[in-house]
Amino acid sequence: MDATDIGLWGVPLAMLGGAIRVSTPFIFVSLGEAITERSGRINLGLEGTLVFGAMSAYAVAVMTGSPWPGLLAAAVAGLCFGLFHGWICKFPKVNDIAIGIAMMLFGTGLGFFFGKPFIQPSAPDLPAIPFGAWSDIPQVQAALNVNVLFLIGAALAVFLWWAFRNTRVGLIVRVVGDSADAARAMGLNPNTVRLLATGAGGALAGIGGAYLSLYYPGSWTERISSGQGLMAVALVIFARWNPLGCFAAALLFGGAGALGPALQSVGVTQGYYLFYAAPYILTLIIMIATSSPSRTLAGAPGELSITK
Amino acid sequence: MSGTHRKAIGVETIGMTMRFGAFTALDDVSIKVPAGSFHALLGENGAGKSTLVKCMMGFYHPTSGEMLVGGREVAITSPRDASALGLGMVYQHFTLVPSLTGAENLVIAREKVPGVIDWRKERGALAAFISRMPFKLPLDVKVAELAAGEKQKLEIVKQLYLGRHFLVLDEPTSVLTPGEAQEVLGLVRAMTKAGDLTVLMISHKFHEVTAFADDITVLRKGRLTGTGKVSEVPHRQMAAMMIGDQPIAALDSRAEPKPDAEIVLKVSALKAPDRTGLKSIDIAGLDVRSGEIVGIAGISGNGQKEFLEVLAGQRARDQGEVMVRGAAYAATRAEARALNVRLIPEEPLKNACAPRMTVAENIAFRTFDIDGNGKPVSWISAGAIRSFSARLVEQFKVKTASLSSPIASLSGGNVQRAVLARELTGEVDLLIVSNPCFGLDFSAVAEIRARIMRARNAGAAVLLISEDLDELLELSDRILVMSDGALVYETPIGEANVQTIGEHMAGHH
Repeated sequence: MDATDIGLWGVPLAMLGGAIRVSTPFIFVSLGEAITERSGRINLGLEGTLVFGAMSAYAVAVMTGSPWPGLLAAAVAGLCFGLFHGWICKFPKVNDIAIGIAMMLFGTGLGFFFGKPFIQPSAPDLPAIPFGAWSDIPQVQAALNVNVLFLIGAALAVFLWWAFRNTRVGLIVRVVGDSADAARAMGLNPNTVRLLATGAGGALAGIGGAYLSLYYPGSWTERISSGQGLMAVALVIFARWNPLGCFAAALLFGGAGALGPALQSVGVTQGYYLFYAAPYILTLIIMIATSSPSRTLAGAPGELSITK
Repeated sequence: MSGTHRKAIGVETIGMTMRFGAFTALDDVSIKVPAGSFHALLGENGAGKSTLVKCMMGFYHPTSGEMLVGGREVAITSPRDASALGLGMVYQHFTLVPSLTGAENLVIAREKVPGVIDWRKERGALAAFISRMPFKLPLDVKVAELAAGEKQKLEIVKQLYLGRHFLVLDEPTSVLTPGEAQEVLGLVRAMTKAGDLTVLMISHKFHEVTAFADDITVLRKGRLTGTGKVSEVPHRQMAAMMIGDQPIAALDSRAEPKPDAEIVLKVSALKAPDRTGLKSIDIAGLDVRSGEIVGIAGISGNGQKEFLEVLAGQRARDQGEVMVRGAAYAATRAEARALNVRLIPEEPLKNACAPRMTVAENIAFRTFDIDGNGKPVSWISAGAIRSFSARLVEQFKVKTASLSSPIASLSGGNVQRAVLARELTGEVDLLIVSNPCFGLDFSAVAEIRARIMRARNAGAAVLLISEDLDELLELSDRILVMSDGALVYETPIGEANVQTIGEHMAGHH
């Protein structure tokens, strides 16, 4: 609470750097979830996918000595989780939210099980680009050391935003998500489209997990995700299913997540633990502020089980 | 056969029969729709109209029967075959994707869509296509933001864009204002006259059939009961072909209204958010007197549903007052009981019943917890519920297999009868009704309207919210029009004019 009195410029700078660093998994998971939800299905299992992705990326990176095969392994693992969720949900009377929760527990459990031997060894990191090299100030350099995955995530957000309006696949996903009847009348099979959309969403969540274990925090522990996969789902709603909104919201969440470490780094010793809770509090505030008992959610895909 | 440049397609069915197990939904039906004609298909719910049409469009495979398209025998085994032959269907409920724009809806519905859509090129092509159409439509607006009439036009335009020249229109005007209905059907009629289009329209509005169709075919219980030129079949005969010789409840004659009767419902300066939360409904003032039916007309989505929800206690109000007989009314169970307020919401199975509870329990919802003297009981008697419900089922002619069947197993008309039985039994001072006859067949409609009129004549104040203008004109003493969340027009029934009401519904004033 005293941070503003101290007035150190280091706090906003550390938050900027932190936002870029912390937001990357949010970006990937929320973009993946945006694709899935735009197709009319919710995959709450992305938390499990994130953890399993982190584990498989770390394990493969340790074994091969390079982060890239690890990244690929995480994407493939995520794809499998997504496809599995999508496949189960095609059966009648199966609830996607319940399956998502089961998949979340399954993914984390499986991750812990296979991840046990990899807690000790260290894996190579994903590369970062030092955009702050022009400055002598170490804090600036630290803040502007941007990982390639962040840049890919930013480009992906713009691409998805464009693709949802300008490509056949994008339009088909929106059609299926908004009206399964209309989709069937066009000869599309909503289940197939949703299966693939959930698979794509899972693959992106897996990449988000790889970022966690291979860059920041950069090691494999069982508490690596701490609910980021679930927060990303809330974030998609906040972003109104818009990929650019997801990117902006991920930065906001990342900034909130960086608040605690930033305060700690400038010497605030009291109460900064409270700020570690900032992303969770932000999630709650956003969920309350964006919901209302008397109106429906604007922009929500019509086929989503929570808005139906 | 002279016009070789004509694009309209003629379609014929020969001996169409469709059986589902032991049930014959369609029995040897042959109809002939020549190219460029406007054909009306009439019949009650369950008469087999949609079965016939679904057989023609390839959704069902008929048990026996043949199809001729353009005079040639064809096999239609899937909707894809039908569209390849140029047959298209416009459904009663829109199949446009609400969150996509008109242009996106048209392009994505095409058989072949490029991987990356070049919108500049597509827009140019669409503009050129639309300029050849009699319909003028905004294509860059999300479909959700279009008026119902525009959506209906877009559905038709979509079929034409996809190269279909035989269209089945399934009750195309059920969601339109009279003005919109006239316009849409007029344009379609002009296209059939020009030989661009053949139309088979499912309808139950006789005046539309007379005004626009060339020929009619009538189905009843899966059989063809009549066919002919529209000009040669009077309405009375059409009705007889549709319903056969079952008795129709007659409407009680209207008791003389008393202009100085007690005001039962008084709404003043009521404001409440609508379901989008972006707009609000705003009722400046509304009085309903004892012994009158006040009808509220309006196109769906103009705040009628929200208004009903406020009156029913399902929606919070921001400000304003609702008074029943001078007492503030917040729609609690105690208040509704003390002031004799009864409610018949639309879609009764969803809004007024617990679908899986039994018929007896549903009928007893208002009375199960009080004894004969209106005192709360501490022990609920299943026997009392059954005998009470048995009496009402008898009295209101609810057709049910047993009192302990779940109410969801009843037909729409019988669910509505059960709800009416519950709501109209005992003293009724205020009756609030919404779209009571939606989707019901002739005899149920007539009976339900007769019951409402009887309640009015017995002194109840009735507020009737309906999207069916004919129903309002038949029942109401006064008609108000709701548009954009406000009551914008009022007329006594004697001076009511469909044209004027329609203009106010569309918000043209």
